[in-house]
Amino acid sequence: MQDSTVLTQPTAIHTTTKGQLWRSFGRMTWIQLKLYSREPIAFFFTLIFPVLLLAMYGIIWGNAPGSGYYQDYGYIDMQLPALTAVIIGTVGLMSVPVSVATNREQKILRRFKATPMRPLTYIAADVAVNYLVALVGMAAVIVVGALVFNLRFAGSLPAFFVGFTLATLAFIAIGYIVASLAPTARVAQVVGQLIFFPMMFLSGATLPLFLMPEGVQQVAQWLPLTQLVVLLQELWLGVGWNMTAVVVLLAMLIVGTLVSARLFRWE
Amino acid sequence: MNPVISVNHLHKAYGTTVAVDDISFNVAPGEIFGIVGPNGAGKSTTVESIMGLREPDSGNVSVLGLNPHTQRSAVSQRIGIQLQQAALPDRMKVWEALDLYSSFYTNTIPWEPLLEEWGLGDKRNARFVNLSGGQKQRLFIALALLNDPDVVFLDELTTGLDPQARRSTWDLVADIRDRGKTVVLVTHFMDEAEALCDHVAIIDHGNIIALDTPARLIEQVDDELRVTFEVDGPFSAEILSSLPQVSDISRSGRRWTARGDARNLLSAVVIALEQNAVRVTNLQTERASLEDVFITLTGRQIRA
Ligand SMILES: Nc1ncnc2c1ncn2[C@@H]1O[C@H](COP(=O)(O)OP(=O)(O)OP(=O)(O)O)[C@@H](O)[C@H]1O
Ligand SMILES: [Mg+2]
Repeated sequence: MQDSTVLTQPTAIHTTTKGQLWRSFGRMTWIQLKLYSREPIAFFFTLIFPVLLLAMYGIIWGNAPGSGYYQDYGYIDMQLPALTAVIIGTVGLMSVPVSVATNREQKILRRFKATPMRPLTYIAADVAVNYLVALVGMAAVIVVGALVFNLRFAGSLPAFFVGFTLATLAFIAIGYIVASLAPTARVAQVVGQLIFFPMMFLSGATLPLFLMPEGVQQVAQWLPLTQLVVLLQELWLGVGWNMTAVVVLLAMLIVGTLVSARLFRWE
Repeated sequence: MNPVISVNHLHKAYGTTVAVDDISFNVAPGEIFGIVGPNGAGKSTTVESIMGLREPDSGNVSVLGLNPHTQRSAVSQRIGIQLQQAALPDRMKVWEALDLYSSFYTNTIPWEPLLEEWGLGDKRNARFVNLSGGQKQRLFIALALLNDPDVVFLDELTTGLDPQARRSTWDLVADIRDRGKTVVLVTHFMDEAEALCDHVAIIDHGNIIALDTPARLIEQVDDELRVTFEVDGPFSAEILSSLPQVSDISRSGRRWTARGDARNLLSAVVIALEQNAVRVTNLQTERASLEDVFITLTGRQIRA
């Protein structure tokens, strides 16, 4: 065999240690966060735009009990979880596909691939950052809602947090499918928009569904974003877990992860 | 000495395009090994197969005694890579890139001195997108050296650099070798290969068409030296044409050209001119270059 004639250097083979993996992950996450904060447009859509929508709802409809459509709750109490769904959708279907596909198209991923860094380190950091961004986006609307509109919360905080986490990961997984299938960043962007924009208006995420015609309401039930809105609203108001929504989101998470694990390309 | 890199019957096709047909070579420790050839010859495919970035269809490759495909992580800890096609995020700063890439390796050297050495000291806080082509190139070289690698791959290292920057980059590459590292240099600049490389493989259409030291390659295609000069005052061509070392003497305008074997022509000509008190001006010597080797072997210019 040729291999036996080849020089074996005296230095030990460096295996990547666990500590090393965490260090790479930490550094990667931190840098991705910094890069995100330098993207004014993404920043606006996930962190500022939802607050503006909230303010608009508050000014138009207020948050008096009964101004909403659910017992003693106000319009803002109902729409806050819906706005959270908009944030999750924006992160999963707009930010993720564009950023991943751009990094691939510009050969940024290619350079990463040439290092000992594990592919999973990059993806884990990217998911963590997008999750954090969604979390901060939600925190922003909650803070403004609480301070300005006397927001009411009747659910269990841990349950809402778990629901939020499941939903965010599920939408990011779908975003990764889009990123993996799209040949270019531009296509990823357009496909993300084609999926997200109709859902945003038809799911009750921006306007309550009961304002829509009967037919639209029927169709809307089938949209993943509608399921997300329902899940978060019912958790927020203390109704409990909507199992249909849980199943839909779990399915998205599992299918999304499996499919993108198969399709993901570094170049 | 045992080779650091060993490539045997490497073959790689993309669909119906055969990028690498059948390539074998060894790289010795501590040398600069050049891979030259025209666009599309298969140079990048070859080195990227050695790095473990591309999976060969057949043949085997070994780097530092390791298999770059089954032991990719161990290999990538010990090699440095500058890719022909790569980028960093537009908004990433120079220092952040060095800091991030340092975290990927078990063994690293401090990056601040690298930054200075590669002339990026004042670009520390600049974003990648705002760097010039040459600065990006130098940043990628710095990234390739972060892990104090045993083998450094440089693919089209000086493309996009101005002539002065090219020369100083050559010095730095020679420095890398002088520090005991092995360098694999891919280039389509023949002068670069000639100036830097200890061995050169010329690749065309996915095959090695020549492999040797630059000097021997040149000697093989053309061992003739040309001495040209102008004369002030009387001169009879007899003086030179009678010398056994001179195979031919010709004149074009005021300029004379004596041809002969590269090994002993120059001293014979100079001594004869001196002894006959010929007043010579503007004496020059001309030899074949690696570029001529390529033209002779392929019948084409490297950049057609
Ligand atoms: N990913 C790819 N998919 C399909 N074809 C490819 C791919 N990469 C390279 N090729 C083709 O393989 C051949 C060899 O390409 P390669 O990049 O190895 O050449 P090269 O010698 O590095 O050229 P250059 O001097 O232009 O960098 C070319 O015909 C190229 O078009
Ligand atoms: Mg190339």
